[in-house]
Amino acid sequence: MSEVGERKLIEGRALVVGDNVDTDAIIPGRYLTTTDPKELGKHALEGLDPSIPEKLRERSIIVAGRNFGCGSSREHAVLALLGAGVKVVIAESFARIFFRNAINRGLLALEAPDIRQKVRDGDSIAVDLDRGVVRLPTGEEVPFKPLAREVLEIIEAGGLIEKLRKELQRGEL
Amino acid sequence: MESLTARILAKASGRERVEFGETVVAKVDKVMIHDVTGPIALEVLEKLGARIPRPDRLYVFLDHYSPPPSIPAANIHRKFRKLLKEYPGIKFFDIGEGVCHQVMIEGNVLPGEVVVGADSHTTTYGALVAFATGVGSTEAAYAIVKGELWFRVPEPLFIKLSGALPRYAFGKDVILYILGIIGQEGANYRSMEFLGPGLKHLSIGDRLTIANMSVEGGAKNCIFPFDEVMVEYLKGFGYVVELNKLSYLREPEGVKPDLEVNLSELKPMVSKPPSPANAVPVEEVEGERIDMAFIGSCTNGRYEDLFIAAKILKGRRVAKGVRLIVTPASKQVLLRAVEDGLVKVLLDAGAVVTPPGCGACFGANLGVTGDDEVVISSSNRNFVGRMGSPKAKIFLASPATVATSAVEGYIADPRRYLG
Repeated sequence: MSEVGERKLIEGRALVVGDNVDTDAIIPGRYLTTTDPKELGKHALEGLDPSIPEKLRERSIIVAGRNFGCGSSREHAVLALLGAGVKVVIAESFARIFFRNAINRGLLALEAPDIRQKVRDGDSIAVDLDRGVVRLPTGEEVPFKPLAREVLEIIEAGGLIEKLRKELQRGEL
Repeated sequence: MESLTARILAKASGRERVEFGETVVAKVDKVMIHDVTGPIALEVLEKLGARIPRPDRLYVFLDHYSPPPSIPAANIHRKFRKLLKEYPGIKFFDIGEGVCHQVMIEGNVLPGEVVVGADSHTTTYGALVAFATGVGSTEAAYAIVKGELWFRVPEPLFIKLSGALPRYAFGKDVILYILGIIGQEGANYRSMEFLGPGLKHLSIGDRLTIANMSVEGGAKNCIFPFDEVMVEYLKGFGYVVELNKLSYLREPEGVKPDLEVNLSELKPMVSKPPSPANAVPVEEVEGERIDMAFIGSCTNGRYEDLFIAAKILKGRRVAKGVRLIVTPASKQVLLRAVEDGLVKVLLDAGAVVTPPGCGACFGANLGVTGDDEVVISSSNRNFVGRMGSPKAKIFLASPATVATSAVEGYIADPRRYLG
């Protein structure tokens, strides 16, 4: 997850979804007996539309409306998206547990107002992390909200597991 | 203006006071994991080779697959039994003991504590004035190892309650009504804090239901202030509360509420699919034919929920072609319902009574829905596919409305029997 710091530009085709996409839709309850991201990834967003897992083979950016990831705290939702090859979710807003899970696991979660109106499903877009913008096919650049200090600390550590590993090595218990 | 959440977080982070929006590192008193979210937490611990320094503060529940309906589920349980061997000191609740949140509020959570659970409905314990919030599995693992976690002190959403609930309305109707007003993200990142003269008429059961579903509005946590109703409740589990020590958890003064609800005016509410915030008064959906009715879950599977259902079902029958599934939320609830004869009433009326667990609410076992079926449920979520088939439609309501609907065979107004 240290790659987060290194990959300054994330390019890919966007999958556009609506408001209030809940974690049951991201990964339905019947698949939760595994924790393998690849296995979970086969069913990513299947609850929203069974054709999405197939689409995600060539999409790596999700653009969403408000309150993405609401509902259950299941971290499998983040693992499913990572397993399906998703690199970043740009949403108008996130539900809080999903947001924390995403950051902890190295899935970038960025907030950009009105992004859903500006991106069409299938558009090739780019996230420029250095400049804090999403670049659209028209050349328009949409700024995303800067990440909070404590969030950046976790990203810089390479995710929460790595942060904990370092703290344990330093004997901070 | 000060919130009780801010007071609890200040104390837990060794501070005099904290500001809304500020990030604090707080001591975590208890961590809860279960058989769906727990396996990821165990993987993290294993990956790090980390020891569990305080097993006595870790609560582990085998409740979502209770009993396991499949080989993978049974194998998950094997991992937890191995953990129990390694750490005999963990608080371990095997299949049949009950839904994590119900068991936690049966004397395992105390006022003023900081509790995190790898489950979104951990907000439930706010009914006992604990700061309790849902976290992911990795964060749960972090809290297990470190005994602390970072929190942003949430802005409060103050809701003032006045009046008293009529006979036919319950905590479920209160929270569905509130969700209908604030919407599915109306409390996102905030603490939902209740106050007002209506509290003295509101049972702990009703408060638990409200706190449980506060997360359906996005709330980080929920808080009911410390009061005499809570003292009585805790006494029932053998806790003698020292009142003067908890005075800081009493209702704060000088609060300007964001929302006011007169409990006396509430009607039975129903949330239409696919969001708990799609709440309407029952008459707007009355007559919708149902295939399944479910009473149970961490939201509404308590003794008083079974009691009101039995009251309605006594001497009546579940409609032909409809199945009513009743899942007591814990073994304590089930035992009391057996001893008091409620289970017999339910069975006589044609209900199926299952062992305690998360089963039907979670779409895992003990009552999965089929294609195109219509369900009325006392649980907390009516998302697409939540209880099984993505083609099923789920309506949420109080146990009284669910029981009445089960008798009629369509969504029906509980005032018919409780008016």
